[in-house]
Amino acid sequence: MIIVDILICLVLLAAGVGAMLQRNLVASSVLVGVVSLMVSILFLRIGAPDVAMTEAAIGAGLSTVIFLIAVRRTEEEEQ
Amino acid sequence: MVDRVLILAMALAGAGMLLALIRLLRGPNIPSRAVALDVLTLITMPVMVGLAITSGRVIYLDVALVYGILSFLGVISLARYFDQGV
Amino acid sequence: MAALDIIGALLVLLGSLFLFLGALGILRMPDLYNRMQTGTKATTLGNMLTLVGLGLLEPAWLPKICLIILFVLITNPLSSHALARAAHRAGYPLAAGSVTDALREDEQAGGIEPGSTACQVRDPGSDPQPEVAE
Repeated sequence: MIIVDILICLVLLAAGVGAMLQRNLVASSVLVGVVSLMVSILFLRIGAPDVAMTEAAIGAGLSTVIFLIAVRRTEEEEQ
Repeated sequence: MVDRVLILAMALAGAGMLLALIRLLRGPNIPSRAVALDVLTLITMPVMVGLAITSGRVIYLDVALVYGILSFLGVISLARYFDQGV
Repeated sequence: MAALDIIGALLVLLGSLFLFLGALGILRMPDLYNRMQTGTKATTLGNMLTLVGLGLLEPAWLPKICLIILFVLITNPLSSHALARAAHRAGYPLAAGSVTDALREDEQAGGIEPGSTACQVRDPGSDPQPEVAE
């Protein structure tokens, strides 16, 4: 079972570093969605299902939508 | 025997997760990354249910249920973004 | 109960094989739409098979697992269809060896002139890089 933790931490680190180095903001918000997914499984692994549920709801649904709305509005500002 | 089959299935799912991660980091355009996100979500959901079965707590299933309901919102909002809306 | 366990284990193995093949497909396919079809169909089938197998291993939890399968079956083709249509409308190109583009033919036959907003090629195949703010 420790293998699952190592694999999930690897995916989490790769997606987080990729989101940091990415120049495009929309691609970066997609990578942040993957980070939220992996953090949710880690919460599940350490035995906090309610925190994992909140993380899943906010990370998958809300934060991507808000990031995309913010990127769209700031693009309109810049032009 | 069932335990070994479950471990083998978990290894296959983990290998698929790594392949989708490569496409997610390398993907030449944004919809490819969105497809990789979708595949990662769909791989993660059986892993969550497998963790629920190995630990024996029913409430772990609710996390997979919430993810199944809400995971399409991100992809739908990306589609709206490309359709000039949000 | 041994027979149920064996059937469940075989379904889990088959489903995780489909999950792996779907992920391999999105790595190997040449363009966005091919990636989208392998990443939706094969992975949805693998997800459903794995969840049914896990439900057969633990029969008391089968109703809730069937609820998860129902939601996946409704939402995943819906989101992939919306993404494919939006990407086609935004002008992401097909692979070099593609034979036909039925959606563009339909749009042109439906009276949409090629220069309008529907199907102009606006974007090359890679992410638009923003210029560095200095």
